[in-house]
Amino acid sequence: MESILGIHEAALLYRARRMDVLAANLANADTPKYQARDLDFSTALDGAFAAATRLTTTDPRHLALDASSRTDALKYRVPHQPSLDGNTVEADLESARYAENAISYQASLLFAGNRISTLRAALTGGR
Amino acid sequence: MNTFSTFDIAGSALSAQSLRLNLTASNLANMHDVTGDPAGVYRARHAVFRASGQPFSQALAGVDVLGVVESTTPPTERYDPGNPQANAEGMVYAPSVNAMEEMANMISAQRSYQSNLEVINTAKQLLMRTLMLGQG
Repeated sequence: MESILGIHEAALLYRARRMDVLAANLANADTPKYQARDLDFSTALDGAFAAATRLTTTDPRHLALDASSRTDALKYRVPHQPSLDGNTVEADLESARYAENAISYQASLLFAGNRISTLRAALTGGR
Repeated sequence: MNTFSTFDIAGSALSAQSLRLNLTASNLANMHDVTGDPAGVYRARHAVFRASGQPFSQALAGVDVLGVVESTTPPTERYDPGNPQANAEGMVYAPSVNAMEEMANMISAQRSYQSNLEVINTAKQLLMRTLMLGQG
């Protein structure tokens, strides 16, 4: 059965994880040799679809192919202006991405909330 | 995955940056401490940052302060026989703190502190909204 929140549940998890990744980049903006990272959206989307269409295992010896067994979407960033100490964090770009990610998180939250209101309306007959 | 790891990550950065700010304050405060003994002179201190956790691991890293290093720049020597701290030859030694460098460090620490605080505030707002999910 499909989850009540649909794709928005996976989207919220992706946005929350990306929030951590970008926070780690911003935290290490002054750390020498730190390599900035980010999550790749399309890889994460493929992972979410794969989790939704899970392979059925009919034998205990079958391998479970879940989302966690897929390669992680965490990739290293290519800096526009690398710095002398080997740090590849560009703080202003990272904070812009962080803000964008926060907006997307709120959008997913809104969609998920609307699903819940829809279900509530159906359950109560609109009263 | 820990829901609250954003707070740990940005919090570690806040503490690291405030240490850096404290060291800058210490360096600027002791800029004019003169002494008659070149070995006993104050040396500028700087924090060394390192990403916490294993390098190149998939885990997300906060900031660790690896340690505080003292500057190896030799102290500046000055002839000042009237100074009560002067040695037998009338020389005093002042720390080689570069005020310009310290001010630049201070601004950088301040900016980083601000951006990490912004990260925490945004994360807090998002989590508060998540807690309210379905109550509207």
